[in-house]
Amino acid sequence: PAALGERERALFGAFLRSLARAPGAARPEGVWQRCFLEGPASLVLCVLLESLGSAGSVRIPGAVGVLEQFLQEGRVSALLWEVCQQQAQAGCPELQDVLINKIVCLPDHVSNKLQGKNPPVFFPQNYFPLLGDAVLQVLEKISDSLRGGLDCSISFVSHVLGKVCIHGRQKEILGVLVPRLTDLTKSDCIWQRICWRLVECVPDRWMEAVVLGFVQRAPGADVLSRLLGNLVVKNKKAQFVVTQKMLLLQYGHTTEVLQNLLGYLSLDSLRRTLLLRVLQELLETWSSSSAVKHSPAEQQLYISKAILICLSHLKEPEIETHRQELLTSMMEGVKCRLDSSLLQQRRLGMVVAESISLKINTEGPVLKFEYEEDDETRELKSLLVQTPSFCNVPSLPDDDDDDLIPYDMSEDKELKIKAPVYIRDCIEVLTGSRTEDVDKWEATVKALESLVRKNPAATREVSVELAKILLHLEEKSSIEGFVELRQRTQVAVLTTDPIPVAKYLTSQFYSLNYSLRQRMDILDVLVLAAQELSCPKFCGKTKHSGAQKPCIQLLQGSDSSKGWRRVVDERIKNKTRRLDKGHCDMELASRPNEFNSVAGYFFFPLIQHFDRPLTTFDLLGEDHLVLGRLAHTLAILMYLAVNTVVRKVLLYRYVRQGLLSCISSLLLSVPTERILADMTEELLETQSWLGGKTWWGTSVLFWLVVKLLCSTSLIVMAAVMSWHCALEICMISK
Amino acid sequence: MALPPPDPQFVLRGTSAAVHTLYFSCGGSEPDIPLLYSGSESGFIHVWNLRTHRVDTALDGHGRKSVYCVETMGGKDRLLSQGRDQRICLWDLAEGRTSVTDSVFTEHVGFCRCSLLKVAQGRWLMAMAARSLEEIQILELPSKTSVCTLKPEVGAKLGMPMCLKLWQLSCGSQPVLLAGYEDGSVVLWNVSMGKALSQLVCHQEPVMSLDFDSEKAKGISGSSEKVLSIWSLNEQQNLQVYKTHELVNAGISDITIRPDKKILATAGWDHRIRIFGWKKLKPLAVLDYHTATVHCVSFSDHSNPRERLLAAGSKDQRISVWSIYAQT
Repeated sequence: PAALGERERALFGAFLRSLARAPGAARPEGVWQRCFLEGPASLVLCVLLESLGSAGSVRIPGAVGVLEQFLQEGRVSALLWEVCQQQAQAGCPELQDVLINKIVCLPDHVSNKLQGKNPPVFFPQNYFPLLGDAVLQVLEKISDSLRGGLDCSISFVSHVLGKVCIHGRQKEILGVLVPRLTDLTKSDCIWQRICWRLVECVPDRWMEAVVLGFVQRAPGADVLSRLLGNLVVKNKKAQFVVTQKMLLLQYGHTTEVLQNLLGYLSLDSLRRTLLLRVLQELLETWSSSSAVKHSPAEQQLYISKAILICLSHLKEPEIETHRQELLTSMMEGVKCRLDSSLLQQRRLGMVVAESISLKINTEGPVLKFEYEEDDETRELKSLLVQTPSFCNVPSLPDDDDDDLIPYDMSEDKELKIKAPVYIRDCIEVLTGSRTEDVDKWEATVKALESLVRKNPAATREVSVELAKILLHLEEKSSIEGFVELRQRTQVAVLTTDPIPVAKYLTSQFYSLNYSLRQRMDILDVLVLAAQELSCPKFCGKTKHSGAQKPCIQLLQGSDSSKGWRRVVDERIKNKTRRLDKGHCDMELASRPNEFNSVAGYFFFPLIQHFDRPLTTFDLLGEDHLVLGRLAHTLAILMYLAVNTVVRKVLLYRYVRQGLLSCISSLLLSVPTERILADMTEELLETQSWLGGKTWWGTSVLFWLVVKLLCSTSLIVMAAVMSWHCALEICMISK
Repeated sequence: MALPPPDPQFVLRGTSAAVHTLYFSCGGSEPDIPLLYSGSESGFIHVWNLRTHRVDTALDGHGRKSVYCVETMGGKDRLLSQGRDQRICLWDLAEGRTSVTDSVFTEHVGFCRCSLLKVAQGRWLMAMAARSLEEIQILELPSKTSVCTLKPEVGAKLGMPMCLKLWQLSCGSQPVLLAGYEDGSVVLWNVSMGKALSQLVCHQEPVMSLDFDSEKAKGISGSSEKVLSIWSLNEQQNLQVYKTHELVNAGISDITIRPDKKILATAGWDHRIRIFGWKKLKPLAVLDYHTATVHCVSFSDHSNPRERLLAAGSKDQRISVWSIYAQT
């Protein structure tokens, strides 16, 4: 029949049509059917389908039965083969299109004509597997003819396959094709080529459906690789489907499909470049904050899975070349995910970031987040490790040590950690990044103060470094009284080597990147050290150890940031109390004062910048808490520098600066009449106090003025102004 | 309830210095007295009579500098010792003599113990850390001829060799050296070709000690960290990590596998001796007797397995001798 020419075809078609219309009497049983079942299949199919519904109404009896037989006797494969052969000799494309339509739509067509009374073989679930078988038979014939050295076109079969798939019948047809092809391609190159060609020849408009069908149905990435070959490299449409659509635009596919897909990409060097590109694109999406915000959670999970599977396929050199990109994307992605308010989002970010970090940091430390494991995170993590490892650990004979009975080992506990005995060792521990040594760190923090006090010479060698470490020391584990411990150590360092350490601390007070807490620490430490220096061997003197110390009470507390009012109140209390102890001043004067020689280093650098807003912080602006403390500190330093040479200098300098900045602003901001009207009495009163040469009387004035200024928001501002003012008056009165 | 760990069989006191190395010589037949050699920080080598538990002889050949390696060479009358005076001495102890017959100036300033391998009757190979920091030198003894020098590749940054183990698969086959380095890696050297065959990073800290079981092609190493690393050697002469074992306390100064390859002992900085089953590294016992770092552990070479002993020398100047898993 393949030899039929145009004319013969037309004639034979006319003959079949008349045959179909022939009345029952003119149908010799058997012969009539044979004509249809043995005639050229394509013609027969057309005639039969026409006869089902031709002439508008009258259905030709017997046509359905013949068509049924036509299908069951495998005439479809004959039909396909027929067209394939014609195609090798350049067949008519229109005719082929008509045929494809007829073949693929046959179940619908028949069902329409018969109004649902169609025999089971025309049900799609039966028809398409049958068609699949037919396709396989044709492929076998093609394989045979290729082996026979004959050229053969497969594109008609591809078209049929594509059309079936786009009709949504992938399940039925590929359910037959894929398992069989999987077997056939296992070790047969010709079958592999046939299979690749089958898919390649699918027109672009149907490619997606076919590729998707294969990816979904292939039992594994290796099989998929065998079935599709380098389709994604050769065919743009397939490439788009595989590398873009299925990964970035769709997200309903199962994890197995993802594994098939990405595994397929990883299995060939040409495709690996695509795998890397895919990974880059996935990471781009993963790390884009807009994607995090706007895409559904399911899609994000899907993309995360895809990333992890990609990572599992990466090889060491590939990681090496892409490490930086991976790291950047990871950091960006994890950042915007950790910002998310959804727990699932955050966790997803953590799991993926951990996995990336695990993959790219083969030696260095690996990211580790704390989160609760659930099925999802476990599944995600399992994706990263599932690729079969090719480095098999040699299987050692697995015999037992069972004849050896262990002794009781319950006493085998950790040794108590010994604190370092050298200051340099302490520095090493405190600056070390080894997180596992928390115990050692703790022991070091606890031991450092006594070490510093015992080894002044060794301390002096590293004093500034030590001061720096202590200033930046953060609590690593929960140590009781950590803040005090740190402070005491800082004081010990400062008293051991006052000049360089004081220089360092005071310079840091105004420099960048410190928290208020640290700045306040600096002030506290300066005060405590000054106190210690000014009362030589104060520990020995019982008189000073107990009673004197609390008079310089420092603001302890992490909660001081809020309760500034309480702080201020406390300060009032402190200062008022000090007034009573005014005569201590005199007593102290009789002792040698070690603070004497170093007071300048403590004092002057601190007043350098207080009235100029710095980039770091604005003392006269919002950082008034620190200003309060600064004033307090300066006051104490001044107090402790009693009878020292610098003291006078301190005062003059201080006043000069204070006068300019404060008096003028006070006068500017407060109406003159008010000062005169409201303050006359107090000023006079103060003056009489100051007559008693009690320096601390100034603080009383300070608070009196504060009381007068009504606005509480200005309270700290006013505090300093009035304090300067008071100093001025103090000087004058002297 | 498991049994409490045993007490030492006996304790040897009297070195009056930290003990750095121990070596048994108990293989002789009946009239021979089982001996234990110990090297101490004071530079003395003590020869302990294991019948009387007393020192028979004290050898002074290292200028009062710490002795950290002692080994016999084919019988208890020929002894090799290595000290911090940078010398390896060969002793003749026959008929009561106590003389140094020969010595090698190593010029090595570290603590790396040399490793000895008998290659033929009266012929030994000795691996030792050389003067140049990263190098290992192989000498033939007693002729002292240099066989080869093992230099890591330029830029390998292995640091000093810390421990050595010279071995051969069977008598007559090519000698192979396992060396643990300062950077934590173990390198397998082909001695006859002077070529590194494989390198495995076992630790993050210097490898303090290693031992190797050539039958199972499996070795173990310890460092100042908290882990023991067990690695294996495949047919392609590649070292691979087999497993790691986490310890309670950090720091291992010595590891020895018992000659029958059933158990192994470690000397810990935590003052404890640990016994493990060698096959699966099953923890068997923790012997807590010493009051300072244990420096060395050694198994005896008794021909009767039931008499087998384990000795440990410590910084606390004592040598504890144990009879443990001698029945199995």
